[in-house]
Amino acid sequence: MSLKHLLSAADLDRATAIEILDTAEEMAGVNSRDIKKLPTLRGKTVVNLFFEDSTRTRISFELAEKRLSADVINFAAKGSSVSKGESLKDTAQTLEAMGTDAVVIRHSASGAAQVLAHSGWINGAIINAGDGTHEHPTQALLDAFTMRRRIHGAASHGKGLDGIKVVIVGDILHSRVARSNLLLLNTLGAEVHMVAPPTLFPAFPQNWNATLHYDFDDALIKVQPDAVMMLRVQGERMNASYFPSEREYSRIWGLNADRLPLLRDDALIMHPGPMNRGLEISSVAADHKNSTVLEQVANGVSVRMAVMYHLLSGERTHTDV
Amino acid sequence: MSSRTVLTSGDIDRAITRIAHEIVESNHGTKDLILLGIPTRGVLLAERIAKVIQRHYPEFDAANSVGRLDITMYRDDLGQNPTRAVTETTIPAAGIDKKVVVLIDDVLYSGRTIRAALDALNDLGRPSVVRLGVLVDRGHRELPIRADFVGKNLPTARDERINVQLTENDGETSVVIES
Amino acid sequence: MSKILIQGATLPNGTVADIAIEGDKITAVGTGLSTDGASVIDAKGLVALPGLVDLHTHLREPGFEQSETILTGSQSAAAGGFTAVHAMANTLPVQDTAGVVEQVQRIGFEAGYVDVVPVGAVTVGLDGKQLAELGAMANSKARVRVFSDDGKCVHDPVLMRRALEYVKSFGGVIAQHAQEPRLTEGAQMNEGKVSAELGLTGWPSVAEESIIARDVLLAEHVGSRVHICHLSTAGSVEIVRWAKARGINVTAEVTPHHLLLTDELARSYDAVYKVNPPLRTQEDVIALRAALVDGTIDIIATDHAPHPAEAKDCEWQAAAFGMLGLEIAASVAQDVLIDSGASNWQRLAEVLSHNPARIGSLDEQGQEIAAGSIANITLIDPSVKREISTSHSKSSNNPYRGLTLPGAVVHTIYRGYPTLANGVLAEAGRN
Repeated sequence: MSLKHLLSAADLDRATAIEILDTAEEMAGVNSRDIKKLPTLRGKTVVNLFFEDSTRTRISFELAEKRLSADVINFAAKGSSVSKGESLKDTAQTLEAMGTDAVVIRHSASGAAQVLAHSGWINGAIINAGDGTHEHPTQALLDAFTMRRRIHGAASHGKGLDGIKVVIVGDILHSRVARSNLLLLNTLGAEVHMVAPPTLFPAFPQNWNATLHYDFDDALIKVQPDAVMMLRVQGERMNASYFPSEREYSRIWGLNADRLPLLRDDALIMHPGPMNRGLEISSVAADHKNSTVLEQVANGVSVRMAVMYHLLSGERTHTDV
Repeated sequence: MSSRTVLTSGDIDRAITRIAHEIVESNHGTKDLILLGIPTRGVLLAERIAKVIQRHYPEFDAANSVGRLDITMYRDDLGQNPTRAVTETTIPAAGIDKKVVVLIDDVLYSGRTIRAALDALNDLGRPSVVRLGVLVDRGHRELPIRADFVGKNLPTARDERINVQLTENDGETSVVIES
Repeated sequence: MSKILIQGATLPNGTVADIAIEGDKITAVGTGLSTDGASVIDAKGLVALPGLVDLHTHLREPGFEQSETILTGSQSAAAGGFTAVHAMANTLPVQDTAGVVEQVQRIGFEAGYVDVVPVGAVTVGLDGKQLAELGAMANSKARVRVFSDDGKCVHDPVLMRRALEYVKSFGGVIAQHAQEPRLTEGAQMNEGKVSAELGLTGWPSVAEESIIARDVLLAEHVGSRVHICHLSTAGSVEIVRWAKARGINVTAEVTPHHLLLTDELARSYDAVYKVNPPLRTQEDVIALRAALVDGTIDIIATDHAPHPAEAKDCEWQAAAFGMLGLEIAASVAQDVLIDSGASNWQRLAEVLSHNPARIGSLDEQGQEIAAGSIANITLIDPSVKREISTSHSKSSNNPYRGLTLPGAVVHTIYRGYPTLANGVLAEAGRN
């Protein structure tokens, strides 16, 4: 399948997702040699359009773009014309007038990437780097890549995550990482479980292909997951009464030292970052040998290189996806 | 469409044997010799050539002297075709710095694949020498590139297709021209 | 005096008749009426309805003239077959004093396409804190009888109780926009399976239903009548049905969009589908349609809410809530009541004319098509299928664009003056 944009993890069918992961393997190879450079996107211009602050994701994309020899523009909303009231439409049309091949957009409004892609304001490829509480598809890809590499090692090529059991824990209701992972893990054949207090699940999750649990211990014991993915919980949610206090949240839904023994010896401990050490994840868990937090970051660059390659290197026909 | 076989299985075996000897001869031995096949069939040919070299020159460690060089990322025609799949690049553990690298491919035509391979090699290290071995040279070069070791020169018309089949990949071994 | 003779129209009860109009009155309804000196309208195959009355329109003037003006809104209304619209109070300045409501009525009169009946705010500035001068507005030239903070909910139960009691003194009615504000903070679309996937904050049904339940009980307790704006959920229907069975004096309206469209449309993130209360599920649509047929819902009211392009051509979260509705209301009514086989033109006349006029206490609208009535008449061709594209509104936030809907309004006669003739708007109003 040829991709015009990457707006949602649902844009990827199984074959394309595996192809991107395989390409990311090769990109990881490039990222470990002396000359970390490929000429593939030479002459292409990519804009990182970040309406929300996010240094780590932006740097990850920037590295990926530069290693493929693309020209990179970084547009941060703070202090720009947007903070003075310029609309998404005008920002987009200004960029198009200057000539861009791709826009990587992070925005606080769910659906912003889709609106940008289908508006007709921009001709290039749109990559969703996180839109509100909706999706963050490259995060799901790098999470899947990390799991695949750790679990299948050198034999990863061509494989999905069939039969792999993943437990995602945290503020599911507000998590774009959870939504994208839910979609991609299902596409790759994994079994998805989610754990959260009832207030942090959507009220109507019937369209979600996952098993929902309120009890973290019970879920760990029954499911025996291959990977546990902890999501960042914002303490401010306490003020909207999603949970009574950080202490209670951490005790019941945090991956603390008491809970660690319930994990299998080889179970991966994952976190998209940034971590609230002591809230959703204890330092013991974060620094554990099975923790993949740092390699998730490294893998992010390889995966984003693979995504850029797939979206930008082939011929582009201007038909809508 | 008509097709004629120009190389039989036996012809190909003999060509591979000759190329193997020519490579060793031009290198005055097997020291620092690395064969890098260009996927897909270049890799199979490189493996066959390496086996022949090892048979006649047992000091040659075939297993650690053969690799594959995927050149997809370095192609000059990416924007004119749908996105191509990227395959693995595997370089022998000793690397290519100061080595004698022989690129192996099945057909030499415009020369652009080899140009891309040279760019890829450039980002991987600095060989002391780079040579090129191909099973078939069909002419019509678009760049100033030539092969050092050639299995067979086959002048062709541009509208003819050369079909190289190798048992490991295609079930039989032959070279067929289709027109 | 100008004379019009409508020939061969089908009345809501099914009989075919001529309608003679002189000046602003219907002088006769019968067969074979004389065409002497009258401009003749050939109404063969057309259905004649009493002029349509909208209990819920946003004309945006004063204050938001970039979206719509009283003139352009009136024109859109006339094109949709309306002869009267109730202009909601969320203007700037708010329609919370006699002065502003008289101004709105006067501008509407000068435009001359429909009766513009101002709705008075319940609270000063729509702030929900202090009762507005309801009596002054009722006694003004605008003779306000319908009061609403629409856009916002009168959520303070004590304030709602007082308002329900107070309007009894002059036969007014409070029209509630039922939306519990705390349950809907930051809400963007219906809380349901779709919002769970799209990552948009949900607007739960219970936020509407809980207010309606409270308000019908309050109305019962104080012996007043209450009107519920834009009912949108199956649960709300059940509460109103229960209340009516109990004898509570409650009336309810439904919008065209809630009778047709669902929250699945939000998947496109196209903000043309963003509205308050939001589009709900197919189950809700089915319940609302049935309720319109069985009388639980009394009227269709458009909640025509124009917005300029920059308020819709953006990410969902930043977009304004609201949809156009004046020019498709009759078609949606035809779809729900006639083409479905569920009801008849008499019922359609009730929900789009008789009942809204009665709820709004309008003496000169919603009358039977009979000699002596004011000549407010709408002629519809039910056989036409229209692909919806442009409208006469100043705005174009039209969620029906591209859909094919049944029926077309061909003629609108407003107090004896043709505001729409053969589908073409009159260039000037009647006054």
